[in-house]
Amino acid sequence: MTTAEPTKLAEDFEEPFYKPHEKVYPQKVSGTYRRIKWIVLFVTLGIYYLTPFIRWDRGPEAPGQAVLLDLPNRRFYFFWIEIWPQEIYYVAGLLILAAMILFLMNAVAGRVWCGYLCPQTVWTDLFLAIERFTEGDRRERIRNDDGPMTPELLARKGVKHVLWLMIAWWTGGAWVLYFADAPTLVVDLATFQAPIAAYVWIGILTFTTYSLAGHMREQVCVYMCPWPRIQAALTDEDAMNVTYRYDRGEPRMSAKKSVAAHKKGLPAGDCVDCHQCVAVCPTGIDIREGPDLGCIQCGLCIDACDTIMEKLGRPKRLIAYDTDLNIRRRMEGTPEKMRIFRPRTLLYMALIAGIGLLMLYGLATRSLLDVNTIHDRNPAFVVLSDGSIRNGYTVRILNKRNETRRFEIAVDGLPASTLEVFNAEMIDGRQVVEVGADQTRAFRATVSVDSLDGEGSHAIAFVIRDVEADTIATANEMFRGPGSNE
Amino acid sequence: MAEQSKPHVDEYTGVDTTGHVWDGIRELNKPLPRWWLWIFYATIVWSIGYWVVYPSWPLITGHLNGVLGWNSRTAVLEDLKGLQDLRAPMVNRLADAEIAGVADDAELLDFTMAFGRAAFGDNCAPCHGAGGGGAVGYPNLIDDDWIWGGQIDEIRHTIAYGVGNDHPDSRLGIMQAFGRDEILDGEQIADVASYVRTLSGLEPAPDTDVEAGAVVFAENCVDCHGEEGLGDHELGAPNLADAIWLFGSDHATITETIQNGRQGNMPAWEERLGATTVTALAVYVHSLGGGE
Repeated sequence: MTTAEPTKLAEDFEEPFYKPHEKVYPQKVSGTYRRIKWIVLFVTLGIYYLTPFIRWDRGPEAPGQAVLLDLPNRRFYFFWIEIWPQEIYYVAGLLILAAMILFLMNAVAGRVWCGYLCPQTVWTDLFLAIERFTEGDRRERIRNDDGPMTPELLARKGVKHVLWLMIAWWTGGAWVLYFADAPTLVVDLATFQAPIAAYVWIGILTFTTYSLAGHMREQVCVYMCPWPRIQAALTDEDAMNVTYRYDRGEPRMSAKKSVAAHKKGLPAGDCVDCHQCVAVCPTGIDIREGPDLGCIQCGLCIDACDTIMEKLGRPKRLIAYDTDLNIRRRMEGTPEKMRIFRPRTLLYMALIAGIGLLMLYGLATRSLLDVNTIHDRNPAFVVLSDGSIRNGYTVRILNKRNETRRFEIAVDGLPASTLEVFNAEMIDGRQVVEVGADQTRAFRATVSVDSLDGEGSHAIAFVIRDVEADTIATANEMFRGPGSNE
Repeated sequence: MAEQSKPHVDEYTGVDTTGHVWDGIRELNKPLPRWWLWIFYATIVWSIGYWVVYPSWPLITGHLNGVLGWNSRTAVLEDLKGLQDLRAPMVNRLADAEIAGVADDAELLDFTMAFGRAAFGDNCAPCHGAGGGGAVGYPNLIDDDWIWGGQIDEIRHTIAYGVGNDHPDSRLGIMQAFGRDEILDGEQIADVASYVRTLSGLEPAPDTDVEAGAVVFAENCVDCHGEEGLGDHELGAPNLADAIWLFGSDHATITETIQNGRQGNMPAWEERLGATTVTALAVYVHSLGGGE
């Protein structure tokens, strides 16, 4: 930043408190990063729009959709994984994993998320492509918007908005398909049989997609999104960013002038000040002014600059993924350093690997049978008329398998105790209960003993055994009697 | 203090200042987009819409009601009504069901237990405890000792009409004040208290005559508590030979009980809660662990 003359008065530069919106007209560009962005766009949108239609056979009792958020039944299906509300920590783990990956991407190559992966970027990119298709490229759009509204321009803009709305509507439509059986819902939606909530959600997402990707665009990144601020605080001097290499580019001058300057032995940079980097920028900034909050680091300016450099026969990558530190090193004549592996990135990688492995372990060892018990608290125990002591429990069995199962409930750890399970079936002196497919069921159980050896609490365990298979689930509990710490 | 200075360019950053100065601190002008300002105005307009539609400004008496006539109390009542409608099919099924048959219908039982648990928490827990564990003078409902009987219809009767109240069907059980009414003297009371302790295997108090106590018991107590002290559900006379004591088993408490008498009180709940809720309560209490 240049330091202004203290004597200069504000009248010379005064800016209003609220500035009018300056529309950005990004120009068409082609090159490596544009290609990457197209690929990412097709892959991510493809995943988003088509995933609800992938089928996955889970048997007759369970839904046959690969990815389904079944809110009424409180189940989340993801291919072979089924998550119950009790296991929502998997989602927390996924979110932590996502945050760590975001940090790592940022520490290695800046705003990869913003430039390539963020839905705001992807949909805006798509909407811009449609704008270019209907209204022409940058110069034509600027000329049209400056000129009078002709019927033809009106028609082109009309087509653009219709296409935008169709995509936005489809975006909302795909969203609701994640919450119900997609093929059924599509038919229901078309025949106006779908629940009102589905239409409301489609409406909301149509509105947000149309306004955010069509009209707000870079304003979302600059004014609404918190990530640029967080990202600025997380970055460091070794993080690669889309950078204008001013060591090579300055002093900028036209190709003709630079030839003259070379003849005179004066310094001349490679930047010919063609403004192509500004013309293609989706957020309308000038990368040559240094790191900018508005820069989403999509790399399109690299493509634009490379095209010009190629035409001029100068080396490419005047704008490139680089660090400011390396620019200074080159200016000082010291060797550049690329430090992808540094304590910070290694820590992120270790955390990602650790959390990922932990989650994989959790998934791999996920039990399809679980039991929770709650000890009666008030009172903790009761003395019966014959002087025996009884404790009450609620035993909740979670049958996570897609078939009805029968379980034997037994209690372990207290000799000569009597277990009684209310509403259980007695088979050969064993207490057997039935739990429906993919359901939980709570049973009331009491454990009694004639007398207790010693005062205080005694550790016991409820053992639930699948009658057909030999699967076991155990819940540790306490048996309390007089003198125990309630 | 806020003051104004002429807007000028900040020397360090090269950015305009707003001209506001607080204790010498100036604010850089980082202009917001104008659409942001319009959204701010839009929220103000929206808030005016709120005043028109919803209850808002206080007046001298009352307040503006809003054209929708909405208020939070009505909304709660509507929600409750909705909940009642939602439950109505099950409540009706319970109302039509035989109380003894509820346990055979798994779906109805689940509903009745949840219904009963909620009603118990609202109405019974203050005296009998949240888990039905009771307190001194308030019977424990989860043990296997019943003053008025532990069959499900006996429990239902007790809940429906209460104990010791004005309802014609109320249970009524009075333990006479044998001491205060001068039926027995102090020595006799001490002796019979010791005898009562021995019925459930407890040690008699020193300096008391258990055999004399047995005679006193036979002459005064057996009418209600029975010859062996096993009590009588018809009369609400507690079993004196088990390990469960409503007021306490120590000699002093038993003496006090005989001296001053006891009388249980419980409201008649059916006239307050309705028959279906009482049925649900009976099923719930019966299931707590002591039902017969």
